[in-house]
Amino acid sequence: MAKITFITTDDKTITLEGTSGSVMQLAVDNSVPGIDGDCGGVCSCATCHVHVAPEHIEKTGVASEIEEDMLDLNDYSNERSRLCCQLEISEALDGLVLQVAESD
Amino acid sequence: MKKSALPDPFEEARVNKGYGEMDDQNDPVTMVLGLKDLRKCAHNWKTFQSGATPGRIVIPSEVNIRDTRQIPFEVDPPEHKDFRALVEPWFKRPLEADYKATLTQQINDIVDEVLAKDSVEVVEEFSLRLQSRALTLLLNIPYEESETWISWGTHVFRSEGEALDGDKANILYDYIDERITQAIESPGADLYSMLLAATVNGKKLTREEVKGVMILTFAGGRDTVINAVTNSIAYFAEHPESLDRLQNEPDITGRAVEELIRYFSPLTQMGRVVTEDTQVCEHAVKEDTRISLCWASANRDAKVFENPNDIVLDRKINPHVAFGFSHHNCLGATHARQIMNILLTTLAKKIKSIDIVDYKENIEELGEFKRKVGYDNLTVKFKGR
Ligand code: FES
Repeated sequence: MAKITFITTDDKTITLEGTSGSVMQLAVDNSVPGIDGDCGGVCSCATCHVHVAPEHIEKTGVASEIEEDMLDLNDYSNERSRLCCQLEISEALDGLVLQVAESD
Repeated sequence: MKKSALPDPFEEARVNKGYGEMDDQNDPVTMVLGLKDLRKCAHNWKTFQSGATPGRIVIPSEVNIRDTRQIPFEVDPPEHKDFRALVEPWFKRPLEADYKATLTQQINDIVDEVLAKDSVEVVEEFSLRLQSRALTLLLNIPYEESETWISWGTHVFRSEGEALDGDKANILYDYIDERITQAIESPGADLYSMLLAATVNGKKLTREEVKGVMILTFAGGRDTVINAVTNSIAYFAEHPESLDRLQNEPDITGRAVEELIRYFSPLTQMGRVVTEDTQVCEHAVKEDTRISLCWASANRDAKVFENPNDIVLDRKINPHVAFGFSHHNCLGATHARQIMNILLTTLAKKIKSIDIVDYKENIEELGEFKRKVGYDNLTVKFKGR
């Protein structure tokens, strides 16, 4: 089981527990504002964009090339950006803190 | 070649030079074919604008048949953002439980209807009806209104030779005018009334702006949804094992929807007007000419998609652009995805097999390219489980 914390764009903190599936699905199932997951997690919509807390980059690893290409052209992305549909929930993510990215 | 296949006519040009060329009513188009290049151009709204003369970014151009600006589609940032924010929540309603339940009932009913028939012409008797009935939900108006739209036939904009037909377009524009007048006289809980009551940047929407949103809603979701639905039926006719798989593994339905939409790319391309002399794919393009973002080509880009010409029903990484990319991504995508999701679930539950009896392909002529986008007609027999 992993505890994952989302900080929304209006600075609310939501902590959720998950055991499997993607971080995006966990967020959508619990209506985390700003995580829409429009494409269901196939890396096509970027409505699951988060910034990983600097101290947690090691937990999540870095984006794949395809994910990177999506983020490249996102006005709100930075070097800590991830599409959280590409993050599989596991023990390794326990304690992770994610800032929900802004969007248009 | 399977009858349900949609070949990729762009491959050679995409690999060799990255762009293609076509003329369209003396307003030529440089077509951007690769996924990476396309994304860059789609993102760069300053150089490649949408807010040009109304109708010009559409291919074939609608400049000669339409003066109303479609909103938010033909508006650039920063104004685009406020219009989009206004309509976005309304177009997310397909995620609500009630909406989903009613749409499920509609799709159940129409599948039962065609199961009771001997043979079915899918475009007119299934896809057009399904699309029209579902649109009453998106507009939040009575179901009976769909009868009017069904009576228009499949091509509100197109006549026989695919040329644009001003008279047919006027059927739609006059109809929308009439309905706006009605909504002004007696407002309800429908999209027209919502728009008429809305303000953007402290200003009420004008009647012309309301009309622009409505035209977009009708036009953007008609041929596209009809093609997606019809092509799905053709695909399942030749892949009954996929129906079984969806029944046994319902969890892959979402991925299957994205994959079918990638493969079908129901909208082949969308244009932009170039605002300064520049280059795409190392090819010079001049100010005040057009480029197009060719979604159908980008969605077969082998640099990104493994086996791009196969339908891999549970494709896990699928960064397709069938719903566009960046600011102007498809406003109706939530509605379209919900339709496809429920359609796949319902077909998997009720249909054992589909036999293709007869068909005529709908081939778009795009300069050096010919692309099959769907069918003019497709006659099948459905067999229930
Ligand atoms: S949910 Fe669409 S890219 Fe992550």
